[in-house]
Amino acid sequence: MSTRLSSGGRLVNKDKPVEFQFNGKRLKGYEGDTLASALLANDQMLVGRSFKYHRPRGIVASGAEEPNALVNLGQGGKFEPNQRVTTTELFDGLYATSQNHWPTLEFDIGAINTYLARFLPAGFYYKMFMFPRPFWKHVYEPFIRQSAGLGKAPKDRDADTYEHFYAFYDVVVIGGGIAGLTAALEAGKSGARVLVMEQTAAWGGRAVVDGVEIDGQAAEEWVAASVEALQAMENVEIRTRLMGAGVYDHGYLLAYERLRDHLPEEKGPRHRLWRIRTKQIVTATGAIERPISFAGNDLPGVMLASAVRDYVVNWGVSIGDRTVVVTNNDDAYRTAIVLKEAGLDVPAIIDARQGGAGALMDEARGLGIRVETGKAIAKVKGKGRVTGVAICAQAGQGGVLDEIACDCVAMSGGWSPVVHLWSHCGGKLKWDDAQAMFRPDPAKAPKGASGEAFVITAGIANGHLRSADALVDAFEAGRSAAKAAGGKVKAGKAPVAADADEATLEAIWLMPQGASIKLRMKAWLDFQNDVKVSDVQLAAREGFESVEHAKRYTTLGMATDQGKLSNINGLAILSDALDQPIPQTGTTTFRPPYTPISMGAIAGEARDELFQPIRRTPMYQWHEANGADFEPVGHWRRPYAFVRSGESVHDAVNREVMNTREKLGLLDASTLGKLIVKGPDAGKFLDMMYTNMMSTLPVGKCRYGLMCNENGFLSDDGVVARINEDTWLCHTTTGGADRIHAWMEDWLQCEWWDWKVYVANVTEQYAQVAVVGPNARKVLEKIGGMDVSKEAIPFMQWADGELGGIKARVYRISFSGELSYEIAVPASQGRAFWDMLLEAGEEFGVMPYGTECLHIMRAEKGFIMIGDETDGTVIPQDLNLNWAISKKKEDYLGKRAQERSHMADPNRWKLVGLETLDGSVLPDGAYAVAPGLNSNGQRNTIGRVTSTYHSPTLNKGIAMGLVHNGPDRMGDVIEFRKVDGTTVKARIVDQVFYDKDGEKQNV
Amino acid sequence: MLTLKCPYCGVHADETELHPGSEAHLKRYGPGSSDDEFEGYLFMRENPKGVHFERWRHVYGCGKWFLAARDTNTLEVFGTYSAQTTEPPQEIKEAITAKRPGWSWREFQ
Amino acid sequence: MKRYSVFAVAREALRYHSGWERAWASPEPKKKYDVIIIGAGGHGLATAYYLGKNFGITNVAIIEKGWLGGGNTGRNTTIIRSNYLQDPSAAIYEKARSLYETMSQDLNYNVMYSPRGVMMLAQTQHEIRGYQRTAHANALQGVKTEFIGPERVKELVPIINISGPRYPVLGALWQDRAGTARHDAVAWGYARACSDMGMDVIQKCEVTAIRREGGKVVGVTTTRGDIDCNKLGVVVAGHTGVVADMAGFRLPIESVALQALVSEPIKPCMDVVVMANTVHGYMSQSDKGEMVIGGGADGYNNYTQRGSFHHIEETVRALVETFPMISRLKMLRQWGGIVDMTGDRSPIISKTPVENVFINCGWGTGGFKAIPGSGWAMAELIAKGEPGPLAEEFSMWRFREGKFIDESVAAGVAH
Repeated sequence: MSTRLSSGGRLVNKDKPVEFQFNGKRLKGYEGDTLASALLANDQMLVGRSFKYHRPRGIVASGAEEPNALVNLGQGGKFEPNQRVTTTELFDGLYATSQNHWPTLEFDIGAINTYLARFLPAGFYYKMFMFPRPFWKHVYEPFIRQSAGLGKAPKDRDADTYEHFYAFYDVVVIGGGIAGLTAALEAGKSGARVLVMEQTAAWGGRAVVDGVEIDGQAAEEWVAASVEALQAMENVEIRTRLMGAGVYDHGYLLAYERLRDHLPEEKGPRHRLWRIRTKQIVTATGAIERPISFAGNDLPGVMLASAVRDYVVNWGVSIGDRTVVVTNNDDAYRTAIVLKEAGLDVPAIIDARQGGAGALMDEARGLGIRVETGKAIAKVKGKGRVTGVAICAQAGQGGVLDEIACDCVAMSGGWSPVVHLWSHCGGKLKWDDAQAMFRPDPAKAPKGASGEAFVITAGIANGHLRSADALVDAFEAGRSAAKAAGGKVKAGKAPVAADADEATLEAIWLMPQGASIKLRMKAWLDFQNDVKVSDVQLAAREGFESVEHAKRYTTLGMATDQGKLSNINGLAILSDALDQPIPQTGTTTFRPPYTPISMGAIAGEARDELFQPIRRTPMYQWHEANGADFEPVGHWRRPYAFVRSGESVHDAVNREVMNTREKLGLLDASTLGKLIVKGPDAGKFLDMMYTNMMSTLPVGKCRYGLMCNENGFLSDDGVVARINEDTWLCHTTTGGADRIHAWMEDWLQCEWWDWKVYVANVTEQYAQVAVVGPNARKVLEKIGGMDVSKEAIPFMQWADGELGGIKARVYRISFSGELSYEIAVPASQGRAFWDMLLEAGEEFGVMPYGTECLHIMRAEKGFIMIGDETDGTVIPQDLNLNWAISKKKEDYLGKRAQERSHMADPNRWKLVGLETLDGSVLPDGAYAVAPGLNSNGQRNTIGRVTSTYHSPTLNKGIAMGLVHNGPDRMGDVIEFRKVDGTTVKARIVDQVFYDKDGEKQNV
Repeated sequence: MLTLKCPYCGVHADETELHPGSEAHLKRYGPGSSDDEFEGYLFMRENPKGVHFERWRHVYGCGKWFLAARDTNTLEVFGTYSAQTTEPPQEIKEAITAKRPGWSWREFQ
Repeated sequence: MKRYSVFAVAREALRYHSGWERAWASPEPKKKYDVIIIGAGGHGLATAYYLGKNFGITNVAIIEKGWLGGGNTGRNTTIIRSNYLQDPSAAIYEKARSLYETMSQDLNYNVMYSPRGVMMLAQTQHEIRGYQRTAHANALQGVKTEFIGPERVKELVPIINISGPRYPVLGALWQDRAGTARHDAVAWGYARACSDMGMDVIQKCEVTAIRREGGKVVGVTTTRGDIDCNKLGVVVAGHTGVVADMAGFRLPIESVALQALVSEPIKPCMDVVVMANTVHGYMSQSDKGEMVIGGGADGYNNYTQRGSFHHIEETVRALVETFPMISRLKMLRQWGGIVDMTGDRSPIISKTPVENVFINCGWGTGGFKAIPGSGWAMAELIAKGEPGPLAEEFSMWRFREGKFIDESVAAGVAH
């Protein structure tokens, strides 16, 4: 059984007990514990169930590589599934439940799968569940989905906040072990701006656990002194709980800081996402120990040898009383020695190598530990947890030589450098046969914008497993990075570590090497996803020879640990099955992030109101206070209608239309784009931008203009006013302002850069109000300040002046068909002007109106709306706008495109008005049908509705649409199909429904 | 995540400050051009796996369009330069030749 | 070929699965084939399969420079839908969707087509009108879709936030027979079926030149030698420009990186696919329990299969806003693929300037859902030398005529 030792535990503070809950049990731990060490201290070996077979799962590792021990953490708005217990720091009140079982962790119905495992090999689901066909959706899939997944879905809204951070460095060192600290010290000394980060809460990595001696000091002391030295450097920033998550092109580094995971009650963001630009990155990310594939290696109580050691040294927790160590390298002997020194029993070290280990073997034997060389584990005994192991010869097929009772198995299959960050952005790996590992190939490092390498790897991560070598390597890496980043490197000496000589590792991918199929079916590679040696071998037999195929077919390495423990073992098995060397098989692609990072952190502050910027007009607050039903238009929010109490939105819209037509309406038109185009060549330029002739527009007048893209399609429209000899003001649609501004800049900068023209987007400089209706002039006259008579400002002209003491530019333009003034005032006075109009307009029946009223009134007048009548495939000619296309101009944007055969085709659908025979409103987007089907069996169509409304003015449905030969078919009745299959008859009519002669706007 | 140096304001701009604008050195064909010329201008974009010339706008910076020579396979940037030119400057061409001898792109090499 | 079934699995279980055959052969290239397909992704394999099945042409090689299904087939977000606006798109995507319905039985390989339903959210007035139009168009195209209100959206997707402060959900276009499938299985199933028909799936064989005589194709040069053919189909997605260059013609194509990501797996919480185009994000839950999320495409040419992280941020931001609960899930993995975009974002299935060379490309961000329909149409084009009704509008010459098939018009993005 696992328990807390009476002594030891360098990271725990036994003066600070902490209480937590696991599956409803109240348990005790200490400050400094991880949830893993605390669970183990309470003999909670069983912590979860595997993905596929629902096998019992215990903790197998002590860090980020843990595949098994994932829990549901927290409650309510702080609930989070799939939290890795090995990287969860314990805090008072922590609440965790285990995952992927029903009804309980100890008794899980799903565990029946383990008895069916033989029938559920890799990829079984591709070969069955095909009949009867509907069963996949209704029976098989729901069952599979329910038994898959791991943690529960969060239900409540996230109670935490997150933030983003931008940072810029010369050198970023990832990893706070002795290699990372050495590299950081060297980079720091060069004067470069340095960040060094450590993903856990503690500096020092493995060296402090292993008691390495550096420069004559114990590693712990050396680490403390180094951290202090770094802290003292002004150009160096050091951070714990900060993980290098991903390396991207051009020196972009993503890092993930866990600020409040261990202090959930404190205020402040939970996570912080660092977006770093750095000249150089040093990955001193260490290595991860590999499991060994033997039968029963997935039982709770079988653990990585280094993890067993970590729990004793760091947290004072023993996994078992009797630990059998099984290894193919010397390092695991350290575990045996640590256990023995802690007063625990190590019945045997099973070393698969005939020759056994070096000096450490002598030390172990000296402590009285039995060392068996050339031996292997035939299988682990026990149900639900380890009770013993059967020993056999590694060379054989598993004939049992001996059985040893034990409650823990510490395994080590060698070490794999953490090459993830090196690989994210294209760094390549090479196979090191002697150490049986992939390590970074410095000749093929990730290259930055300059084409030079920007990632350097250091220490164990670079394949230097011995501390002495790792320090020399890290020293050089730190200096190289500093130099490459422009730092000044001074003479210096690498720290010196003393390690015992070690015998070479022997690659052991299967134990025993001739294991029978029965054993191979119980030898796990991927503990979480239940992928066994036999599965990978089956994949190879079936032709899934590429490492990517084998991964995807078996799901090896696709679990939440992304194969940190399983990948190398799996591809070694695959290589063996294919009779090819491991480097020929290659690895799967390493993708960010290194370990999963919260979606909350990725989204950052951008939630709710802050999700996207909101653009508000100067009158926004009035709208908000007066019943505005807003609609988003780009980042703007415009009132759709002003709803009064007791009204529906529809009622409000009708009221606004009638009131504007009969009395006086006000529209906040501030969002309309306003672009100043100025310069000696401005006229020539606008002649290219618009289909119309703008250069001939007289000063003081307005002209409606159309813009097309180079494909000939209509992209924007608006009224252009000529301000003076070399200045034009172009109105664009609300959504078009930024786009058209950019479009103009594009042509001016990249095509006609010798033309003398400036464009300024002054949209937000002005508040603009449309004063509309028969009483429009009256209210302006009442406010006074300038002559707004027909004679002073005729229709389609503009004038500058003052209204009520506010500087104003008044345009006589109308999008409603009524007498209408669009008045631009400085934005800062927009609200005052609006209030003035409301007050003065009271006696004239003033009411503000929203965008829907605007739409209806323009439709009644047959005016087109960009986005309704156009959809990116419509050309001006389709909308009978030939009058707005200059015949005199040789060229304008889109002209050549409109000459193409399909554009010039007389059969294109053209704009008409539509009226249903029964007065009803045509459905939006409905199509007019013709008899017969096309060659693909689709119903033939001859037109479609582009705008359709109930007209309160005419009290009937009105619509516009594009119809084949429409303008030639006035009076014809065509049929529109509704979605329910019925049809509506509509007559083709003139698109102008109201005041056909335009008398009302021109008074 | 690219960074490109804006040749106008000298800023090493992050990709999020920039707006990509597709192929550089396009010659516009308007009315009077053949179908082939017009199709070539508007649609037949260079799409090399390697050296490429493209347009970028420093949209959240100085607002200027500029041109970049970049490798689409390694994302290496050979240089950026003014948009107000019909061909890459000599020093850009030389910079590319130094790294990718024998390169060619449209009529340039 | 031994058939797959529950009985076969049981039989094999008793002998420890020692009797399974290779899913597809690994042959050496022959000297000559009637048809060579370059590219053993979903589209290439489907083309070969329907050449055999519909036209009896089985002397076919499918040549792949990497491993089959290793491009965009194995990198996409597995969405299958046919609620397209324009007639030609709706026709080919609906053909594809209907073939997906029976694909598992047809190929005797469970591709796990799950018609769980796809909804596209309307979050602006403009989108409402756009989707209503699509619903009308679909009704006439034989594609079953409907426009549903926000309450129905919430009922189908309880985890959605329909009343967010910025873009409340106003409705959705709903296609209940749309869904997802297991992407790798589609490639594997086709490869197995092609191999069974006697076709050669040749992996790790890169085409380095296309040999022509008198304006006609005669074969290809590969890293494994010259291979002759009568007809050549080019189906290589992101690398289309590179291969077209070998054949000596240009295409209106640009290659950009498109990204996707998955969360860690959780228990079932969302049964349908949701696409939110105003805020730019879409999400579904895989059978494994991962939330599968589609990200944006870079706007610049890129062959690296890596994209820029700010697209991931934008997508996740949009989805946290739409599905607040995912804030406490974690991103497990992100990746990219290279997609080929045409001038109107619709595909090309076309004859080319070189006789007997046929091209299938330009699927952009929407390739996976089209695989069987695309293969069906491409097989017909290759077999007959002329496009059938499914392919005829997708000619590579449509741009010069100005005859676009533009799907972006109804706010529908082509994911």
